[in-house]
Amino acid sequence: MESSLGQPNFISVAFFLIFVLLTLGITYWAAKKTKSSSEFYAAGRSITGFQNGLALSGDFMSAASFLGISGMVALKGYDGIIYAVGWLVGWPALMFLLAEPLRNLGKYTFADVLAFRLKQKPIRIVASIGGILVTITYSIAQIVGSGKLINLMFGLPYELAVVIVGGVMLLYVLFGGMIATTWVQIIKACLLLFGVTILVILSLSVFGFSLENLYGAVESKFGRTALEPGGLFANPVDAVSLGLALMFGLLGLPHILMRFYTVPDAKEARKSVAYATTFIGYFYIIIPIVGFTAAVLIGREQIAGIDKGGNMAAALLAELLGGTPFLGFIAAVAFATILAVVAGLTLAAASTISHDLYFNVFTEGRASEERQVSVARKATIVFSLVSILLGILFKDQNVAFMVGLAFAIAASGNFPALFLSILWRGFSTAGGVWSILVGSISATAFIILSPTVWVDVFKFKEAIFPLKNPAIVSMTLSFIVAFVFSKLFPDMNAKERYESEKVRVYLGVGAE
Amino acid sequence: MKSKAHELIESPEFKKLVRARWIVSFLLLFLLFANYYGFILIIALKKEWIVERIGQFANFGLVAGAGVIVISWALTFIYVLWANRVYDKEVDALKSKLEGGR
Repeated sequence: MESSLGQPNFISVAFFLIFVLLTLGITYWAAKKTKSSSEFYAAGRSITGFQNGLALSGDFMSAASFLGISGMVALKGYDGIIYAVGWLVGWPALMFLLAEPLRNLGKYTFADVLAFRLKQKPIRIVASIGGILVTITYSIAQIVGSGKLINLMFGLPYELAVVIVGGVMLLYVLFGGMIATTWVQIIKACLLLFGVTILVILSLSVFGFSLENLYGAVESKFGRTALEPGGLFANPVDAVSLGLALMFGLLGLPHILMRFYTVPDAKEARKSVAYATTFIGYFYIIIPIVGFTAAVLIGREQIAGIDKGGNMAAALLAELLGGTPFLGFIAAVAFATILAVVAGLTLAAASTISHDLYFNVFTEGRASEERQVSVARKATIVFSLVSILLGILFKDQNVAFMVGLAFAIAASGNFPALFLSILWRGFSTAGGVWSILVGSISATAFIILSPTVWVDVFKFKEAIFPLKNPAIVSMTLSFIVAFVFSKLFPDMNAKERYESEKVRVYLGVGAE
Repeated sequence: MKSKAHELIESPEFKKLVRARWIVSFLLLFLLFANYYGFILIIALKKEWIVERIGQFANFGLVAGAGVIVISWALTFIYVLWANRVYDKEVDALKSKLEGGR
C-alpha cells in the first residue's frame, strides 16, 4: 500500500488549522472572562459534571493511549489489551477515595488539601516539588512524542513541530486560563471519540461486522499467539507493580486533580468521574479493534517499517479505509490531542508555582488578585519555554520511561500523603513532608536503577533494581515513612484542625 | 458555629455517615482490586485459563479484557447510585442541623 504519510497534505493541514483557529477563538472569548485567580485556575467553578467528565477524559487520553495502544495491539497482539485495561482502573479508585474530599477541601491545587491542616510552608514546598516533577516528566514525554509524530505525519522538521505545539499551547493557557483549557479538552475529547468510532465502524465493515471474523483473520495471518498474552506479564510482581502505578498514579496526577476545582460542588465532581469513566472505558474497549484490523489489513512489517513502536498503525488504517481526507482528520485529531494534554499540564504547573509557591509560601497569602494572576501567567511562560527546550534536548532519547516515571512519582510521592491527610487523624506535617520526599526520590532512583534505564539506556549488563516498575516498593516505603514520622513527630494543631476538616470533607460545608 | 460543628462530629448520625461512606468505598475498592489484579494474576500465573476458546476464534481472555473494563465501570455507577440515593440525603439532613450551615 502506498501511503501519503509524511507529506504535508493539504487536507490534514486544513483540519489542523480549523482546530487551532476554533480553539483560539474560544481562548479569545475566555480571555475576556479570565480576570480573577478563581477564573484563571478553576474556570470560576462554572463547569458542569458532564463537561468536566469530557475534559477529564480529554486530559487523560493522550496520544500514548490513542496511537500507542492501537500500535501495541497491532504489533504485539493481546498484550496491548492488557495495557489498555490498566489505564482505566484508576478511575473507579479515584471516585471511591478522592473525588469528593478533593473537591470539598481544595481550592486550586492538590497541595491545598494537604495544607488544610498541616503546616503551610513545608508541606506546600514539598508538594510543589512532587507536582512539578510529575508535570515536567509527563510534558517532556508528550512533547517529544508530538515532535516525532508530526515529523512522521506531515514531514515537518522536529524542532519546528515542538515550537508550534509549545507556542499554541502557551496561547491557550496564557490568555484563556482554565476556561479555555477546559474547552480545548472538551473539543478534543469529542473529536477523538468521534474519530475512533468511525475508524472502528469502517474496520468492522471489512469483516462483516463480526468480531469472530476479525479474530479469525488475525489467527490465520499471525497464528494463535496474537490473541494470547505474550511476555508482558511474565513476572507477576512486576505486573502488579505496573498495575499499582497505573491505578494510583492517576490519583496523584496534578493536571487531573485540579480539574475537580472547576465544578461547583462534590456532587458535580462525582458526576465528572462517572462520565469520564464511561468515555474512557468505551474508548479502551474499542481501540483494540483498530489495532487488530491494522495488523490484518496493512501488516506488521509495514507498520513497524514506518515507526518501530507501531505508533502509525491507526493513521495508516485511516488512510486505507477512508482515504487521504480521513487520514487528514485522524492526523489532526492526534495533533490536537497532544496540544490539549500539554496545555493541561502547563496550567497545572503554573498553578503550583503561582498559587502554592508564590502566593502561599513566598508572600504568605498577602498578594492581590491581579498580582497572583500575573505571576501565574509568567509561570506559564517560563514552564512552556523550559518544556520546549527540554523537548528539543531529549529529541533522540527513548522517552517511554518518562511516562512510567511520571506515574510512579505520582503514585508514590503524591497519592499516599493525599490519602492519609483525608483519612488519618494522626497524620502530621513531618509525616507528610517525608512521605512525599521519600516516595518521589525512591521512585526516581529505582527507575534509574531498573532494567528500563540501567540496561536499555545506560547499556549496563544487569539492573541493580530488578523490577521494571518500582511502585510496589516505593509506594510501600512512602506509606511506612508517613506512619513512622507522624508517630515520631506528632502535630497537635493538625489533630485539632482535623475536626473542621471532617465537617468539610463529608458535608461540604465551607467549601469554596 | 464552632461548638455546634464539634457536637455534630460527635453525634452518632455523623459517625454513622462517615463509617458508611468508607465501608461502601473500601468494599467497592476491594471488588475493583479483585477484578483487576485477579485478571493480571491469572495472566501471569494461570495463562491456560485465558487461552481457552469460547467461540470459533475468540478466547476467554479477549472477553475478560473487555469484561474488566465493564465491571470497573459498573462499580463506579454503583457508587454514584448509592451516593445519590443514600449519602446525599443524609448529608442534607445533617447540614440542616448545623447552625449557620447552608
